[in-house]
Amino acid sequence: MLGSRTKTVLQRLWQALPVLFGVIVVTFLLTRALPGDPAVYFAGPAADANSIAEIRKSLGLDLPLPQQFLIYLGDLSRGDLGQSLSTGQPVLTDLTTRLPASLELTFAALFLSTMIAIPMGILAALNPGRLVDHACRLLVTMGVSLPTFFTGLVLVFFFYYLLGWAPSPIGRLDFAYLPPPHVTGFFTIDAMLVGDLETAWAAAAQVFMPAVTLALFTLAPIARMTRAAMIQALSSEYIRTARAAGLSSRKVILTYALGNAMLPVITTLGMVFSFTLGANVLVEKVFAWPGIGSYAVEALVVSDYAAVQGFVLSMAILFVLVNLLVDVIYTLIDPRVGSEA
Amino acid sequence: MEDATTMRDKSILGSAPQPALVQVDRLGVSFATRNGTVQAVSNVSFQVAKGETLGIVGESGSGKSVTSYALMRILDRAGRISSGDMTFSGIDLVNADERTMRDLRGREISMIFQNPRMALNPIRRVGDQISDVLRQHAQAVGSNARVKSIELLKIVKIRDAEARYNAYPFELSGGMCQRIVIALALACRPRLLIADEPTTGLDVTTQKTVMELIVELTHERNMSTILITHDLGLASSYCDRIIVMKDGAIVEAGETSELFASPKHAYTRKLIRATPRLDSTVRELLLEDLATAAKPTKAARATSDVPILQVTSLTKSFAPEIAKRSLWLEKLIRSKSIKPPEAPLAIDDISFSIPAGGSVGLVGESGCGKSTTSSIIMRLLEPTVGSVKLNGVELTDIPIKSFARSTYRAQLQMVFQDPTDSLNPRFTARRVIEDPIRMLGSDEDRKCIEERVEQLAERVGLPVDLLSRFPHQLSGGQKARVGIARAIALSPKLLILDEPTAALDVSVQAIVLNLLHDLRADFGMSYLFVSHDLNVVRLLCDDVIVMRAGRIVEQGNASEVLASPQSPYTQTLIDAIPHPPSLHAA
Repeated sequence: MLGSRTKTVLQRLWQALPVLFGVIVVTFLLTRALPGDPAVYFAGPAADANSIAEIRKSLGLDLPLPQQFLIYLGDLSRGDLGQSLSTGQPVLTDLTTRLPASLELTFAALFLSTMIAIPMGILAALNPGRLVDHACRLLVTMGVSLPTFFTGLVLVFFFYYLLGWAPSPIGRLDFAYLPPPHVTGFFTIDAMLVGDLETAWAAAAQVFMPAVTLALFTLAPIARMTRAAMIQALSSEYIRTARAAGLSSRKVILTYALGNAMLPVITTLGMVFSFTLGANVLVEKVFAWPGIGSYAVEALVVSDYAAVQGFVLSMAILFVLVNLLVDVIYTLIDPRVGSEA
Repeated sequence: MEDATTMRDKSILGSAPQPALVQVDRLGVSFATRNGTVQAVSNVSFQVAKGETLGIVGESGSGKSVTSYALMRILDRAGRISSGDMTFSGIDLVNADERTMRDLRGREISMIFQNPRMALNPIRRVGDQISDVLRQHAQAVGSNARVKSIELLKIVKIRDAEARYNAYPFELSGGMCQRIVIALALACRPRLLIADEPTTGLDVTTQKTVMELIVELTHERNMSTILITHDLGLASSYCDRIIVMKDGAIVEAGETSELFASPKHAYTRKLIRATPRLDSTVRELLLEDLATAAKPTKAARATSDVPILQVTSLTKSFAPEIAKRSLWLEKLIRSKSIKPPEAPLAIDDISFSIPAGGSVGLVGESGCGKSTTSSIIMRLLEPTVGSVKLNGVELTDIPIKSFARSTYRAQLQMVFQDPTDSLNPRFTARRVIEDPIRMLGSDEDRKCIEERVEQLAERVGLPVDLLSRFPHQLSGGQKARVGIARAIALSPKLLILDEPTAALDVSVQAIVLNLLHDLRADFGMSYLFVSHDLNVVRLLCDDVIVMRAGRIVEQGNASEVLASPQSPYTQTLIDAIPHPPSLHAA
């Protein structure tokens, strides 16, 4: 049994490789096709045609595309993602500081939203057409229809400006604290690792409001999917058997129905995670969160090839990893998966 | 307490020698639907005595399952017990609170369902599912639940019970899953077992072993049983008393022997007639007036010497062809795992022929290779070795990809098992029937096609005004007619019938079988009738082929094979089919 499951996982990894190569090719071509000339931007407003050509040459932009691509591949294999034109830092360094910030925010948001959405979806499925179901639908619709920057600003207005409960929305940590030593890149976890509970608490407080903002937005797909999957599971024949055998409703709902309903929910979670990670630019902007989304947008505006490519590539790797993780969880929950492969 | 006293009083006053375990009085069940309330069951009364087996017989929509769900109070949210009383051993089931009901379910009353594989949680080990029930009813605690579950698995005769404890439903056969469901139902030694179509979808021999297991275990424990079935043969073999239901009401009730000897209600008579017996003819399945109205059967025998279908040494193996896909990584992954065992052949060197105008039955249990054979003849599967000749033309020479457009494809049509699943849900009946004419017919204008479709509908007995309907707006019998009209649209020479009546009620089956019988005579078609039911095959076929594990074990004249089978396997198959008492015997 375990053998066939390991095989499934290995096969999935193997299938991810061509996807990654495709991503490398496509991002390379797309960034070259973007309007705007990095050499012009880099040379500054006072440059003449000569100095621009010189800079273009020094950046390797005068070479034919296939050659540029080969050079790019060579750099990649050495772990060199290039130099960011706008920050002046190696792209790899930028990503290693900013990606954990985004991940921390996304994880916190997804944790919050699953904690609310899954019980809400179960309750709605148990009482379809009743008050709980309608309340759930209302909350979910509101969450998804209000733009995140708006909910973010409203939260800041009430909880920071009026009530003063939340810390100022200025990034990952208040100025009063020093960032903990880099281990995982998650400030909350890193601070706890060195036993600095005060900093950990401050970092958690800092991440709370942007996480709530994102969570409100991601409630909808998770809650809807949980509801639909639960309704389907509850009407299936094995639930009828379980009820006919006199099992307690707790057992029937939590073990029998939810176990089966989790499968589509996990797939949804994987998708929600992927799009949240890349699409939370607005939340990052509102809360001055130094994440990867805002980094990518800034790089894109100034045709910073290396930074954009690095961003897209790291996102692609994350997507592949998340999908792999979803598949692994799937095989753990559903014994049928491994044997079909 | 009070209920129990009145119960006892009633039974003293009544003629029943033993107090009834279950007493149902004027039960009514209604369902709230979008179009208002629908009365699914009305005025149903019956009793079940201790140790007695009661059969509830009826066709789909008769309310027989709803009655039993009401008894256990596991109706859907929309369903409601609208009137009547139900008592179990003196306990008022209609007004009992949910807690009492939960304690009764599984411990006092339990249920076996049809489609056993769907009735088990697909992602939980079967042993754990049995343990869940044991623990719920305090028959076991965490530490001994496993041991007790394995004991139960042994009781339902599952070999290698320790290992099977850890199996998932998808790893077990249908028969095995039904044993698990039985173990689950009997885990807490209940006093009443409700078996809802417990063997539908199982092979006849599996059906026999499962039914015998149920009888053995329930007798041993002196349990009462309610057997819900559409199969009169099954009911007659295993029940003491039978009630016949139609449209939510009881039409007739009585002792089994009495009911079959002198059925009083017209519907009971219709059902009994429609159930194929060892000696019935296809005409006898219909009611008296219908049968006489039907044309006398005329035999369409061979008109030419060339057989319409000639299958010679056909062999099919599904062994994975690793050698062809030698990706290095796959090798790397597989190198540790054991080599797949030599796969048995799905079909092992079979040969047979169908004379022009003849009809041959292909009989066997699931996995015997009968569907693989029909798929190869239809050029849906490539045989490993062998030849298939249609009217003397070698079909295997035509590539599978171009066969769908070949002129030979028009001569070869198929009627499928499930009348619902084999129709495109977004096509009207008219579109379904005209589809093959559009695809393969000679270029005809719209008017011609329209006329042709209407002729076909008329021929298969489908009212022309139903042609504009979608499959979900048609009944099972009507859908079967649409499927048949589609198959005969191009006047094929050979029709492959893949269990065409398996999903139909017996009275509809009788009509469809008669229709197929008439069509063959009228159009001069040949049939290859694939089925698991020897009895049905015999009604329609001149010759019969019995298959087992990919091989032909016996072939010959249908009535001769049934009367005096040469192979012990054929004998087992015949013995396994439960028959209602013969009509002529009465």
